[in-house]
Amino acid sequence: MQSNSEKLSAKDFATDQAIRWCPGCGDYAILNSVKKVLSTLGKRKEDVVFISGIGCSSRFPYYVDTYGMHSIHGRAVAIATGTKVHNPLLSVWAITGDGDGLAIGGNHFIHALRRNININILIFNNEIYGLTKGQYSPTSQLGQRTKTSPLGTIEKPFDPAMLALGAGATFFARTTASDPKHLQEILLRAEAHCGTSVVEIYQNCVIFNDEAFEQFLGKENRDDHSVVLQHGKPLVFGKGLDKAVQWGHHELLVSTALDTAVIHDEQNLSLSFLLARLETVKPLGVYRCVQEAEYASNMDDGVKKESRKQVSELLHSGSTWEIE
Amino acid sequence: MKTTLEHIIILFSGDSGDGMQLTGTQFSDTSARMGNDIATFPDYPSEIRAPSGSVFGVSGFQVHIGAREIYTPGDQPDVLVAMNPAALKVKLPLLKKGATIIINDDAFDRSGFKKAGYEVSSLEAIGELKNFKLIHAPITSQTERALEAIDLDNKSKRRCKNFYALGLCYFIFSRDPNLTKAWIREKFEGKDALVNANIAALEAGYHFGETIEASISIYQIPEAPLEKGTYRQINGNTGIAWGLMQAAEASGLDLFIGSYPITPATDILQELSKHAGFGVRTFQAEDEIAAICAAIGASFSGALAVTTTSGPGLALKSEALNLAVMLELPLVVINVQRGGPSTGLPTKTEQADLLQVFYGRNGESPVIVLAASRPGDTFAMAFEAARLSLQHMTPVVLLSDGFIANGSEPWRIPDLREEYHHIPIHLAQASEEDFKPYNRNLQLVRPWAIPGTEGMQHRIGGLEKDFETGDVSYDPENQEKMVEVRAKKVSMVASNIPEQQVEGKTHGQLLVISWGGTYGAVRTAVKRLQVQGHEISLVHLTYLNPFPKNLGPLIANFKQVLIPELNKGQLLRIINAQFHCEAKGYHKVQGLPFTISELITAFEKELKLVEYAKQ
Repeated sequence: MQSNSEKLSAKDFATDQAIRWCPGCGDYAILNSVKKVLSTLGKRKEDVVFISGIGCSSRFPYYVDTYGMHSIHGRAVAIATGTKVHNPLLSVWAITGDGDGLAIGGNHFIHALRRNININILIFNNEIYGLTKGQYSPTSQLGQRTKTSPLGTIEKPFDPAMLALGAGATFFARTTASDPKHLQEILLRAEAHCGTSVVEIYQNCVIFNDEAFEQFLGKENRDDHSVVLQHGKPLVFGKGLDKAVQWGHHELLVSTALDTAVIHDEQNLSLSFLLARLETVKPLGVYRCVQEAEYASNMDDGVKKESRKQVSELLHSGSTWEIE
Repeated sequence: MKTTLEHIIILFSGDSGDGMQLTGTQFSDTSARMGNDIATFPDYPSEIRAPSGSVFGVSGFQVHIGAREIYTPGDQPDVLVAMNPAALKVKLPLLKKGATIIINDDAFDRSGFKKAGYEVSSLEAIGELKNFKLIHAPITSQTERALEAIDLDNKSKRRCKNFYALGLCYFIFSRDPNLTKAWIREKFEGKDALVNANIAALEAGYHFGETIEASISIYQIPEAPLEKGTYRQINGNTGIAWGLMQAAEASGLDLFIGSYPITPATDILQELSKHAGFGVRTFQAEDEIAAICAAIGASFSGALAVTTTSGPGLALKSEALNLAVMLELPLVVINVQRGGPSTGLPTKTEQADLLQVFYGRNGESPVIVLAASRPGDTFAMAFEAARLSLQHMTPVVLLSDGFIANGSEPWRIPDLREEYHHIPIHLAQASEEDFKPYNRNLQLVRPWAIPGTEGMQHRIGGLEKDFETGDVSYDPENQEKMVEVRAKKVSMVASNIPEQQVEGKTHGQLLVISWGGTYGAVRTAVKRLQVQGHEISLVHLTYLNPFPKNLGPLIANFKQVLIPELNKGQLLRIINAQFHCEAKGYHKVQGLPFTISELITAFEKELKLVEYAKQ
């Protein structure tokens, strides 16, 4: 709201709280990126709200010097909804994880997307429950051995992209804590989007699920097994830019035919779904971004449509009578 | 010749699709407009359209009108309107001996009796009816005939039969049919056929009354001596909605309601959803949990935040309610109680959620608890719930029940320039040096600093926090201190509420303590015994946590305390634990309100025991 003071730096957004994440945790990179992005955007501390649920990721609000709430398990998105609806001028960020956001908070997640309320939902996805020390989550891989699945899970994981797109997401992006530059680009896009922005951030849990994303993002693998999405650009990737994503019959394929590469289109829902289904290569970037009616501003318009009425008028409306 | 009555109880009863709720509402609205005091009791099945003619599809609307003040919908109806055999079968046992029954003859055919589960197939074969006065009216067929010339399908015409029945009742009880005619014109504006049909049915019923006048009794009920003022009808759910809106206006805040539809609380959400023009934001959430969480989020950003529900919904909200206790944010929770446990009796009344509200959360978690007593005090109590929540930065639960929610009575409209016009609250302003979110004032209330306020940014959460800094703290001594501080903060609310009033003498033999929707019946029973010279007084509590400061001394002034409740003794446990007074309880859990007569019997019995003990 105030713009008279100078732009704040990333450091200005730090708090005096000791950070309690494990050394090597991907959360540090996310925290630094978020602070950097707030600075880049020229945000004032008082206009930003972080609301989290429960889990390692949900400690996040304590470490950013804005308004913040560390709430209860699974409810960050529901609380953020109320905060945003009451004051649409605020920049509201829900911080959640794969367990908090997609298991116990799954219902709030899909309904926020259906309403398209202008908040940013950051899902720190490490495919494991970290704070409770290593149980499988809704994004753990089928067959993964964890403390509660010693024989391997028998549950198919959610793909957060498919889930979000199915629920009507107007913005879905996937990025990784291991690439802060890309992460920051995506966070800027998410904040710029008017509607619910879901950012799934692959975040490595060094203690309970180390190297979970190695297959796609490991040093040796990332060039050949991840593709960066850019709207209007061909989906070409590989060490020597020698691979391309192609249209198949009902799916996307990977081949070396560069000139027939799929051109990325953030507004093509079918393409977004098919990208989410690619198995050998992981797309990173904005899967979908479309402009649709936004909930909080619609509600605000309804409230501000006419001049404010007085309750006394209401009490005297309709059928009344006098007793003398 | 008209007979003048001081009061009368009429029960409209028919199939759940017969429009009995509407008929009863029209009858009571007209009576209120004619100057009577009234109390109503809608009693309907939870099925929207149960199989027609079946006993579980019977919908009833009881209205008590009087030339004096009326506090309850009454025990035993003097008049029953029975639209079909099922209605007769279900309601007959409730009637006063010698009551009048208006029978829709057309529905009492072989198939009607069969659907109702009667083994007989004629009214003559029902022996008990000898004790009642029957008025036979061919309501269905006469309605069809009266509407012959109107261009409507037969099904729609038959649906007008409730207005025929209403017209007949208007004649018998000397009501002015013009008020209902005006209502019909407004309701069906632009649909001439429906306007004409319903008015024709109403008039036909009225004229049928004139035709049979010689063979029936006609009554009049003079105006009641009510306090001067402008009046309107109000039901409990509407009163709560409006009271909350006024609290928002009086505090200068916008109202936010997060809610999920649940019987019998849904009407509050529906009512508030009409009022965006008053700054009300209604959020119909995906579930009960999201509803309260969104309210907490809105409260964090500076709204007067409310969530409305019934017992099962409150169970789901309990974790989030605890968060609000811990965050120390204002939040109003409305619980319109219904029969429990579990899904229980959704459309019936009970007051069995008191202990849930007091203790149904993990940890030491005190909340302010208030209870409405009647439709006419819901506006005041909702306002009061908001006031206390805002001034003490802590959640308030306001208890209502199905009986208050759906019942209606004439309500003197308060002058909002004089009453309910200001709730002083304190939002933290920018520039406070070294702001600490849990830095308390003398009432132990923390500041409310809302996002957007420069320099006040802070983090709060469900984890225990340090008394001084508000940072997360796992310190053992600090934890105990914080538990005690939150408890003390709520107990200090006692200095911000009125002293308890007593109806009757402030000392004596028997003190009856009641709360919630039983007020009308308990009060009436106590008054009758007082008139007979008994030493009995009434304390009806609207502030349940904390109790008014003078409650303890009052209790000590009486030999015996008796607590009638529509549960198995919940307030009883709390009072006995707090005041060690060996109070006794009187309980009923049938999904129905107390009758005055059963209370009189219970109170008389207790008075005798006190007398006996004295000797």
